[in-house]
Amino acid sequence: MSKFSKKKGGEVPAISTASLPDIVFMLLFFFMVATVMREDELSVENTLPLANQIEKLEDKNMLVYIYIGQPTAAYQKQFGENAVIQLGDKISPADRVFDYVNTKRNAMAENIQNQMMVSLKVDGEATVGVLTDVKEQLRRANALKVNYTARKGDPMMNLNR
Amino acid sequence: MAKRAAPEVNAGSMADIAFLLLIFFLVTTTIEVDSGITSKLPPEQTDVTPPEVKKKNVFQVIVNSDNQLLVQEDVMDIKDLSLAAQDFLDNGGGTEPGNACSYCQGDRDPLSSDNPKKAVISLFNDRLATYDMYATVMNELVKAYNVLRDREAQSRYGEAYTSMVRRVADWPKEEREQPEYFELQDKIAKIADLYPRNLSEGEPVKN
Repeated sequence: MSKFSKKKGGEVPAISTASLPDIVFMLLFFFMVATVMREDELSVENTLPLANQIEKLEDKNMLVYIYIGQPTAAYQKQFGENAVIQLGDKISPADRVFDYVNTKRNAMAENIQNQMMVSLKVDGEATVGVLTDVKEQLRRANALKVNYTARKGDPMMNLNR
Repeated sequence: MAKRAAPEVNAGSMADIAFLLLIFFLVTTTIEVDSGITSKLPPEQTDVTPPEVKKKNVFQVIVNSDNQLLVQEDVMDIKDLSLAAQDFLDNGGGTEPGNACSYCQGDRDPLSSDNPKKAVISLFNDRLATYDMYATVMNELVKAYNVLRDREAQSRYGEAYTSMVRRVADWPKEEREQPEYFELQDKIAKIADLYPRNLSEGEPVKN
């Protein structure tokens, strides 16, 4: 009829969702870049203390991890409430540390065997007695390079927890 | 005939794929802590009797089961530990030619350590002390060594010791045959020799 057709009554245009996956991809890229595939499932509490005299750890292939802490709630019935040692993915007594460390060392390439470092990831509230036992075993196994893993921060904050 | 406009791709399923991947990564990864205080354990003692150490060359630090700090048989607050250890290490009280310390800037108290190479810090922790306290004490003691090493490295080479260590650690692997790398390692070894980390853990030394 006329050149000016009546516009349809005031409908708000639908919100474009084309940018929603962009936001999610940004989060995804952040996680892909900043994180590492989890090595072992932790069955012990492991809140590391803070320290400022720290050095960055070497290559991961020269590291052996030992976790010490109280068992998580799911494992407390079985292992009690005192600090225990986790080697690999299971909780073991202290005398297994010697064999574990030797096995891990023999699995490394020949030329880096003497550079092996043991990363001790100990929960802040664990007692030192267990750590002393582990260090005795490490000395016996001649695994003398040791790193007390800690997060970067003010160490005085450790004592206020 | 007018061309039909291509239908818009529905972006809703893109978001679903992205969420799936995100949830996968959230569940299987952790933000790894890869730094810490390095230390070298002493080799297992065979039959070697430990060398005689004069009492004044030993700085005794004891942590009891209540996380209380006892330094040289006196109660001390943790905040004062690092400075006390520095004063002990840097004392340079020795007067004989083989014993004196030319680079020490301490008080030269004859009742404290002779020189940093003979000074031993003895750390003993009760089995029931918490690891938080242990880590803090270790940190403060290592800080004393690092502060002194930084000072010496700065005055001799114009670069702090901790900065040199960091550079060595960050040196790219393919370039580790360069002479600068060996020079840097050399400097680090020399400075570490001036203030060797004689940190002994175990039974408190009684003499």
